[in-house]
Amino acid sequence: MRADLIALLPELVLATLGMVVLLAGLAAGRSRLYALSGGAILSLAATAFALWLAVTATNPAARLFSGMFVLDPFAVFFKALFLLSSALAVLLSIDYLRRNDARPGEYYALILFATVGMMTMASGTNLATIYVGLELMALSTYVLAGYFRREVKSHEAATKYFVLGAMSSGILLYGLSLIYGTTGTLDLTVLAKTLQAGHPSTATLVGMALLACGFLFKVAAVPFHVWTPDVYEGAPTPITAFMSVGPKAAAFAMFLRVFLGGLAPLDGQWRWLVGAAAALTMVWGNIAALTQDNVKRMLAYSSIAHAGYALVGLVAGGPAGTQSVLFYMLVYTVTNLGAFGFVIMLESKAYAGETVQDYAGLARKHPLAAFGMLLFMLSLGGIPPTAGFMGKLYLFAAAVNAGYVLLVVIAVLMSAVSLYYYFRIVLQMYLRDGEDAEPAPLLAEPWTERVIWACGGAVLVIGLLPAPFLAAAKATVGVLGLP
Amino acid sequence: MGFATNLLNIICYVPLLGAFVIIFLLKQEQSNAIKAVATVVAGLDFLLSIPLWFVYDPAGPAFQLTYVREWIPAVGAKYHVGVDGISVLLILLTTLLGFIAVYSSFSAITHRQKEYYVFLLLLQTGMLGVFISLDFVLFYVFWEVMLVPMYFLIGVWGGPRKLYAAIKFFLYTLVGSVLMLVGILALYFYNSTGLKAIGLPGLGHAPTFDVTELFKVAPQIPPGLQFWVFLAFFVGFAIKVPMFPFHTWLPDAHVEAPTAGSVILAGVLLKMGTYGFIRFSLPLLPDATRKAVPWMVGLAIVGIVYGALVAMAQQDMKKLVAYSSVSHLGFVMLGMFALNPQGLTGSVLQMINHGLSTGGLFLLVGIIYERRHTRMIADYGGLAKVMPVYAMLFMIITMASIGLPTLNGFIGEFTILVGAFNRSATWAVIAATGIVLGAAYMLWMYQRAFFGEITHEENRTLKDVNLREQWTLIPLVVLCFWIGLYPKPFFRILEPSIMRVVQAVDPDYMNRPVAQLAAPLPAGSGQEQ
Repeated sequence: MRADLIALLPELVLATLGMVVLLAGLAAGRSRLYALSGGAILSLAATAFALWLAVTATNPAARLFSGMFVLDPFAVFFKALFLLSSALAVLLSIDYLRRNDARPGEYYALILFATVGMMTMASGTNLATIYVGLELMALSTYVLAGYFRREVKSHEAATKYFVLGAMSSGILLYGLSLIYGTTGTLDLTVLAKTLQAGHPSTATLVGMALLACGFLFKVAAVPFHVWTPDVYEGAPTPITAFMSVGPKAAAFAMFLRVFLGGLAPLDGQWRWLVGAAAALTMVWGNIAALTQDNVKRMLAYSSIAHAGYALVGLVAGGPAGTQSVLFYMLVYTVTNLGAFGFVIMLESKAYAGETVQDYAGLARKHPLAAFGMLLFMLSLGGIPPTAGFMGKLYLFAAAVNAGYVLLVVIAVLMSAVSLYYYFRIVLQMYLRDGEDAEPAPLLAEPWTERVIWACGGAVLVIGLLPAPFLAAAKATVGVLGLP
Repeated sequence: MGFATNLLNIICYVPLLGAFVIIFLLKQEQSNAIKAVATVVAGLDFLLSIPLWFVYDPAGPAFQLTYVREWIPAVGAKYHVGVDGISVLLILLTTLLGFIAVYSSFSAITHRQKEYYVFLLLLQTGMLGVFISLDFVLFYVFWEVMLVPMYFLIGVWGGPRKLYAAIKFFLYTLVGSVLMLVGILALYFYNSTGLKAIGLPGLGHAPTFDVTELFKVAPQIPPGLQFWVFLAFFVGFAIKVPMFPFHTWLPDAHVEAPTAGSVILAGVLLKMGTYGFIRFSLPLLPDATRKAVPWMVGLAIVGIVYGALVAMAQQDMKKLVAYSSVSHLGFVMLGMFALNPQGLTGSVLQMINHGLSTGGLFLLVGIIYERRHTRMIADYGGLAKVMPVYAMLFMIITMASIGLPTLNGFIGEFTILVGAFNRSATWAVIAATGIVLGAAYMLWMYQRAFFGEITHEENRTLKDVNLREQWTLIPLVVLCFWIGLYPKPFFRILEPSIMRVVQAVDPDYMNRPVAQLAAPLPAGSGQEQ
């Protein structure tokens, strides 16, 4: 029991501190933004420390809480990634909340709770654990999406997200119950053994398909993506940034664990399903992004497309496929948070920051910031020497190795297409002169700027020297009980 | 860790360092300082690259001055650079044209100078990196890195349709190169673990992207895989060359790019494609290469004739030169796919020649454009009277481009035709018409622009080339004469590397009866002197 609790320490710490932040926020109201932001960051830092403690004290192979929970390298990688993305999201929110005069307490508390949920998802080895984590994460993000409840768009985003998200959770749950009904277990290891032993019944397959639908919804893959552009557009921008990396990575964590672990014996049945979804996602995500004038919507479609690339890694499977998805999630997190940081910085009074045209002439007015955005766009498009290239290289290598050459060809062609819309922003920044000759001053956004620098630095470092990060992803080999 | 072991790194990264100096130490307003730094850096880079000519030993190992370090052990990618005879010449061409590009931009570029010179220097690092990389991942990184500065050079400082031309250039080349990446991955896995789903077992070697390692296994690659990889590489390289029918981005990019951009584009960037073929496709995929010969030669010949015919119809000087590039690069491809020593040597030499003469032509067009802001041939006429020095330089470069004996173009085209003739007389005959057409459109343009009466009053007051402009052209003219009169050192430096390529792509070549063999290398082509 003691070992179980130690392994759970990070989640316990974060949940407790989340409540502390919530209570402190109630007391502070709209004031004390910086104190609360610091509190949120400290909570995440404390959790990282607890994670380190838990890792050193826990046997990575041990199955805790009667097989509900593990703390294997796979889970640790994702937990560290979630802590990183939540911390960056908090930092991105500071200036935004100040500018919009919002109540920071609940906002930060919800981010922290969502992080607890994500961490639980990454560790769950039982479908019930995973589902509990998922709902904790989802409920927190529903509220966050509608945090500015007086703004129609934010309101609309939250409602859409909630209705569709709840429905997808329902579908997922239905799939779960079918699988439980036919196999008698929710434990992924037992499930894999049961499925291996006998021929799966039709109901099991239907359950698997429903699970796949639910998961595809959570990662925003076509054809379950329709909520994404509206929600991303309407949600407060730091939350959009957060949703596009944290919850998405968490969804991939559970996708990997369930489909390459428990449902691995059914891979003959789900590979083509997920493969087709990956192809559709890449094609449609990129093509739809071509026509978007709103940068947030464009980045939403881009995030759909990136889910498609990551799904290619899932389809490839095996140690190489898993590692490549993990590494890609890291790459995508730093890149996308940086890009959204830039959008947040521009959403001040001087710039609307939402339409592509608002970026005209920025390179002349703010050369360094524009250079940062150039890096992020190159990274999203997969051009070296940025992290995005290394991520894609690794991902596509895994897929080619597994023999999914056609998927890779679609993926590389679509990433060439994607450069067109990423470069629409670059074009506006560098190649057009702004309407107003006078550079409008950016509002002082010190924290947002720092996040952009950190992410820009990370994009270059991972792009030029990816070895240590790949090694971290490589440590997770074999923990999913792959075939 | 002496000078020699790091020479290639120094050559490659000096421009990058210069770019950083300009970014961080200089302000937009200090335009003279920016120009000075860029010129010094580019000049220094050229001076640094000259030792390559002497240090590289043709009799030595295939790749010299190598520098190998672990880079991404997880995938087996190394930082591996090195040069052979082919890359030595191309590096020298790149550093020379890089310097000339910087030096020629002083008066042409008047706004956003800081970024301009930064991009020019970054581009140079990218190009040099491509020529020295001996690891596929490293090669690919440099290959793509080049695109971004070129995109900006066209997009910011280009002509009226610059935005269209810039994105067209970018997307065309990108589509090609991403498919090439898939081909690289297929080779990589064939060498190591195999491609499971298509049932192709691998060779079981340690995973590596190292080109020199992959050369060793080239003969074992099954023909089926070779075909697909060749196709993937073909798309990447053929777009870059550009071969007919992938050439449509070229006229747009050339016409819209600023002068220095055109010089670099024609002089070096187009060579990336041909270099890719000779460095990777031929030695790595010998079977597919041999089978592709009829197709490649067919496309090359169509390119030669089509490019020449379209060039003849152009009213715009820059467009004319751009289409002449399509034709000349057709020659390069023809020589290469003759797959014999003559053809390949001529092909590489013609890459250099084309860089010199077409680079020169773009410089010359740029000089007159700066004065009159038009490139239409019809807007000129009688220029020889007002700009005698300019007219003379233009004549020399034109003759070099046409392939007049005593100038470099002749040596290259002659050697290529010898190689092509050895394979098939028909190819050589059709290709030779390209030379005739080339003479026709170039001389016709020259005649319309320089001879006759001055038909436009504005042209009467045109100033002849100034000292700086002369000095951008003189090195090119000197080299044109050098290669034209005494090409032997160039052949000497190329020969062993070319023989290695021939050995790899056509191992039986040396064993055939002498009667079927080609004539000896025309090393004595300097007899005209």
